[in-house]
Amino acid sequence: MTITSSCDGGALTLAFEGELDHHAAREAMLGIERDIERYLPRACVLDLARLSFMDSSGIAVILKAHRRMAELGGTASVVGAGKQPYKVLDAAGLRRLVKIETTV
Amino acid sequence: MKEINSVKIEFLSRSSNESFARSTMAAFAAQLDPTLDELGDIKTSVSEAVTNCIVHGYPDTLGKIQLRARIFPDNSIEITVRDWGRGIADIDAAREPMFTTGGEERSGMGFTIMESFMDKLRVRSSTGRGTTVTMTRRISPRAQLRAAK
Ligand SMILES: Nc1ncnc2c1ncn2[C@@H]1O[C@H](COP(=O)(O)OP(=O)(O)OP(=O)(O)O)[C@@H](O)[C@H]1O
Ligand SMILES: [Mg+2]
Repeated sequence: MTITSSCDGGALTLAFEGELDHHAAREAMLGIERDIERYLPRACVLDLARLSFMDSSGIAVILKAHRRMAELGGTASVVGAGKQPYKVLDAAGLRRLVKIETTV
Repeated sequence: MKEINSVKIEFLSRSSNESFARSTMAAFAAQLDPTLDELGDIKTSVSEAVTNCIVHGYPDTLGKIQLRARIFPDNSIEITVRDWGRGIADIDAAREPMFTTGGEERSGMGFTIMESFMDKLRVRSSTGRGTTVTMTRRISPRAQLRAAK
């Protein structure tokens, strides 16, 4: 799993690639925290377009970004979620907390 | 019902084995001619069950995890994930959405996901002795559907 970050005018985009499971989650969480502290963005966009697999470990990663952004008075959102990641996000009821856009 | 095929694998509770476990089960399930979505559901559920063994069953040790799968004539697959770790004190509570003993790093949605992605989920556990999760999923018989058209 790799995360590529870019910040543009207060919006931090984190692009995920690969498989986000428990094995990959710890590093992902640390990376996201680091990037949010560094850029202090107003919006954090999690781009899942190139994420081929995600399980509940990814839910905790997204919730972490959501909570940290809320503390900063900003928002976190998800874009580009493919079928499998979207189904997991949906089953976990994450749409109640975070704005989610899919490709399906 | 008599099984048509079966497989049994044992591995150590290293997190690098999570992807090994779900890919292996997907490869075994492929003989049922599942759709990509059905395969995704199986991979996700296996990932949840195996991660639970690693995170909750063996929180500070390495232990053995056993993965078994059986295929039945009604085009269904039964997958069993077993550990000999800590066990679950209250299974009903553990299966509730958002129940977790894992703190901030977990969301408490693993069992909820397994339940919604599979047709049947059974959990047996006893504290100090381990946990066995058995899940079943029937795969839509696509070949027969195509032939009927
Ligand atoms: N194999 C296991 N051994 C011991 N306890 C378990 C096991 N599987 C589940 N549990 C217990 O059941 C709880 C709920 O499990 P579930 O998978 O639903 O959520 P989680 O693992 O805490 O979070 P998530 O799966 O969303 O990352 C766990 O927090 C843990 O207390
Ligand atoms: Mg879990």
